[in-house]
Amino acid sequence: MINHDLSPAAAIAGQAALQGAVSDQEAVLCMRGIHKSFGGIAALTDAELIIQPGEVHAIIGQNGAGKSTLIKVLNGAYKHDAGEIFFMGEKVSYGSPHEAQCAGISTIFQEVNLIGYRSITENICLGHEPKRFGMVDWKRAHSHARSTLRRFGLDLDVRKPLNEFNIATQQLVAIARAVALDARIVIMDEPTSSLDDHETSVLFGVIRELKASGVAILYVSHHLDELFEICDEITVMRDGRTVDRKHISQMTKLDMVAGMLGRSIDDVEAGGTTGFSAKSTPIGEVMLAVEGLGGASPVKNVSFKVHKAEVLGLAGLLGAGRSEVARAIFGLDRDQKQGQVFIDGCEVEFERPTDAINAQLGFCSEDRKQDGIIPQLSVRENLTLALLPRLARRGLIPEAEEREIVARYMDRLGIKASSMEQPISQLSGGNQQKVLLARWMATNPKLLILDEPTRGIDVGAKREIQLLIRELADNGLAVLMISSEFEELVEGADRVIVIQEGKSVDELSGENLRVNAIIKSVSHISHAKQ
Amino acid sequence: MTDTTITFGNSPKPLMFKVRNILTRNGTLSAFFLLILVNLAITPNFLEIQTLYVNLTQVATIAIVAIGMTLVIASGGIDLSVGALMALAGTVAPLIMLSDFGMSNPSIGLMVAIPVALLAASAGGLFNGVLVSRYNIQPIIATLVLFISGRGIAQVLTNGELQSFDIPAFEFLGTGRLLGIPFQAVITVVLALVCAWTLRRSIFGRYLLAVGGNEKAAQLAGVPVKKVKLVTYTVCGLLAGIAGLITTAINAASDANQTGQLMELDAIAAAVVGGALLTGGKAPVIGAVLGAAIIQLMGYTLLANGVHDAVAMVAKAFIIIVAVYLQQMRGGSK
Repeated sequence: MINHDLSPAAAIAGQAALQGAVSDQEAVLCMRGIHKSFGGIAALTDAELIIQPGEVHAIIGQNGAGKSTLIKVLNGAYKHDAGEIFFMGEKVSYGSPHEAQCAGISTIFQEVNLIGYRSITENICLGHEPKRFGMVDWKRAHSHARSTLRRFGLDLDVRKPLNEFNIATQQLVAIARAVALDARIVIMDEPTSSLDDHETSVLFGVIRELKASGVAILYVSHHLDELFEICDEITVMRDGRTVDRKHISQMTKLDMVAGMLGRSIDDVEAGGTTGFSAKSTPIGEVMLAVEGLGGASPVKNVSFKVHKAEVLGLAGLLGAGRSEVARAIFGLDRDQKQGQVFIDGCEVEFERPTDAINAQLGFCSEDRKQDGIIPQLSVRENLTLALLPRLARRGLIPEAEEREIVARYMDRLGIKASSMEQPISQLSGGNQQKVLLARWMATNPKLLILDEPTRGIDVGAKREIQLLIRELADNGLAVLMISSEFEELVEGADRVIVIQEGKSVDELSGENLRVNAIIKSVSHISHAKQ
Repeated sequence: MTDTTITFGNSPKPLMFKVRNILTRNGTLSAFFLLILVNLAITPNFLEIQTLYVNLTQVATIAIVAIGMTLVIASGGIDLSVGALMALAGTVAPLIMLSDFGMSNPSIGLMVAIPVALLAASAGGLFNGVLVSRYNIQPIIATLVLFISGRGIAQVLTNGELQSFDIPAFEFLGTGRLLGIPFQAVITVVLALVCAWTLRRSIFGRYLLAVGGNEKAAQLAGVPVKKVKLVTYTVCGLLAGIAGLITTAINAASDANQTGQLMELDAIAAAVVGGALLTGGKAPVIGAVLGAAIIQLMGYTLLANGVHDAVAMVAKAFIIIVAVYLQQMRGGSK
């Protein structure tokens, strides 16, 4: 829809005609014709973003669509190659996120970028502390921090160090800091990814409060459902271009997915929103049996079995102990002493991951960046890391054989990289995750533990990974899959074990395996308590 | 990315990018050649073989220690004890050679002295590795222990006295020539090539980079993190020991107070100029040797042209700043 040959005036006219809604002249932000390339590869091509005051504006798109590049151009982390940015009617270009923040564009990152061991007050007032006789006036600073937080209905002890509060609160403090700096635009990158339902609703309350005071929110999220709750406008990006901009009331979830993928709605409808297909292989004998696993918190008493050719789902609320169960099986966090683990009928006790790998287990952890990729190493080196002991001969790696294996898996999983020598850190999240899956597939495991295998990756890659999981199970692999997305469990797992406060309390399968049933089951105790 | 977006980006930028890429990727090498060209132009008698010998002799020990330092830095650590371990090895060898047994059986004495001295330095490295991997002490603190006490042990062994000797077979390490090339330069090149090849081809090399790049992820993928660190610090100690023996051989005397003094800083500087990242995950061993050569040659250039020693030190610092800047540029282009 956007043609960069047009004059700016014509482009504006075209845009307005297409929109037929609010005039762009009132926009608090107007980015037009933004180009940005890295080493000859275009990340943004004629991208556009127009935000009105007091609007919650979402950017959606697959990983690699250019969302984060566009945000980084806006907040000064990157310099754009071409295009114009108008902020409150003035043409701007910031040299750093700090400069943008001073001008009124604040970014709240996925990982909270505050100083954990300083007090809330210090974090909110950092850089603009109220002074008295040249010294910080703590009394005024504290009351300023307190009143800022109260605007959002938060009553916290502002003298306490920030890291004594949970992530959700830290995020709210980051927002409060942005407000204290008189932000006109607050950029939120995946703000709900580490929040539970209650925390999310608090955050949404804060967003509505900001909105009412005329602050515009630029919102990036992979959770399409929550956009309907909080957003006004949607900008859809694909391959570095802005492909659509609509009011949320004119869009359905299906429209969004279709727009992000660049496919027709019918196509998406036929395939469902997850990539799982129906099961085709009957379940085999027991591969992994866990009995009464427990010990240190939060895992108390967990029992279940995973069969060959079966995907077993683990469901539970944040903090119920799902990931800890997986880690204990894999020989991590050795304080989990109670209970027994059987592989293929034999009792095992793994001291460290190496033992588990030798017993043909694989484990993709939930945190790709922290526990998965080695950022400086290439796709090739990352992919064969777990295979090396078996690949190497007398301590040396046979290069030709290694390349051949890597090429095979890159082809099979459709890993998109400029070559197998590209550093993995340059790949999109979905491709990184595929490399990590390939790392384990290459070791030919009997059991694969996947903790949040599709978290934070785009719709397209998510689908492919879900298809792959099913394919692996159909070929006889036992899969233990942990997911916070109940739809993923319903469509992808053969059975689901529900964990509540460290105990396995429920098993759902067949007819009973539905999203509503999982929601009821995981939240049973926490509701009773309230 | 689709084809259209790639062709769109093919404006003049790729060429500029290419030039910059070549410059930064081989920055250490280009800087080295640039220095040689400058010297050819301005330094008197630069082309004389004596100049080469002086520089090779002075750079060899720094380069050898810098190789070990590069390995440790690649694992995400640092080793402050290398200078002290040089002193330790440099003290132990003459002690054995000058003992009654060593004097009466010179050849056996030499055969025992060198391995034992290297073993002592390796044991120091192993000790560092144990502190770092088993007790999770931060490398800068863990290696501070031997930085302080290693030289102390060497001084106690010799009562703080200078041990001078006249054992030509041992002195060959420092002053001998192989096919006209100073023997220590040969050792340096061989060690650098062996280390570079091992890093590239062996499972240990891959594991080392994985541990330095992301220790938690490496552990989850089955990398024996502790063992890798133990080996790395031990090798670094061993290399420091070799450098210590060479220094002692050059002087035909061991001086526990002076051998390897400030070597840890020279080695870190050489590693950084050579392209090592202090955050770990990269091990440019050949770069470290070039880095040492650049720092050496820069100092020589200034001194040979009559610049004061103090100014030369400032110049040294300047090279380090340039090296770090180039690295960040390289990091930023990703």
